Amino acid sequence: MKIAIIVFPGSNCDHDAYYVFKKIFNKPTEFVWHKETNLDPYDIIVLPGGFSYGDYLRCGAIARFSPVMKEVIEKSKSGAKIIGICNGFQILTESGLLPGALTMNKNRQFICKDVRLKVENSETIFTQLCNKDDILTVPIAHSEGNYYCSDDQLSELKNNNQIVFKYCTKDGNISSEANPNGSIDNIAGIINKQGNVLGMMPHPERNAELLLGNADGIKILTSLLKSIDGN
Amino acid sequence: MKVKVKVVLKDGILDPQGKAVLHAINDLKFKGVNDVRIGKYIELIFDGLEKSQVESEIQEICQKLLANPVMENFEYEIEESA
Repeated sequence: MKIAIIVFPGSNCDHDAYYVFKKIFNKPTEFVWHKETNLDPYDIIVLPGGFSYGDYLRCGAIARFSPVMKEVIEKSKSGAKIIGICNGFQILTESGLLPGALTMNKNRQFICKDVRLKVENSETIFTQLCNKDDILTVPIAHSEGNYYCSDDQLSELKNNNQIVFKYCTKDGNISSEANPNGSIDNIAGIINKQGNVLGMMPHPERNAELLLGNADGIKILTSLLKSIDGN
Repeated sequence: MKVKVKVVLKDGILDPQGKAVLHAINDLKFKGVNDVRIGKYIELIFDGLEKSQVESEIQEICQKLLANPVMENFEYEIEESA
């Protein structure tokens, strides 16, 4: 098993992701510069957080046309496991691998804090170690995390059980006060129809060990590794 | 040839920047403004193409890159004299 952490100009959570996969899980992990056009050696592709291309035009809009993205799209078709975190999620929506778009937070502010996530779908490769309705505490850090999609897209997401995480209160209520950024339906993370591409605004790689307060993020990343390792 | 592109949020999509500016306008005691929507203005300079070619290129550039069709509309104006 080999993990690729894609590095775009302006990525800044690439090292966090690398640290978790390489140092905590002890898995073969490599940084892959965005000019690379062959991802064949990799089973897991991580699109990390950050500010690719300075967030110029729209977050992820330019990174989406980096040479590596053509290969990411190809690999997604053949079932490679792809996780886009924060800016990575924005790149996935821009590239059409996930529906919808991420736009400016409702309160116009950069929000950096722990939020509660409710696991809406625990039958994905990314959440198989969670139970449905589990509440995870995971940090967010973004200005453009307000998930938007059309009514049709939203019904499709619901019908296909593609909504994986929703923002909730500590008691698990999915309410507007639990919604940090104005996302439609409190959506924090979604998966594609095939179930191999996850995008989420919260950062599971930032709290993947107890030293950092809590380790809820590791449940998501361990689930992902388990889907390949089987243990 | 200069092409002026405007990219605006679709109706119904919250524009927090516009709302903030609207509040500021209201604070300034202007009475008539009911809503503010903020978009992007982009100029592209083309060279060596016929107008019809520019037209088809700009259409594609807008659809692929300059606007996100999920949440934005675009319009453009081709200025031949420039």
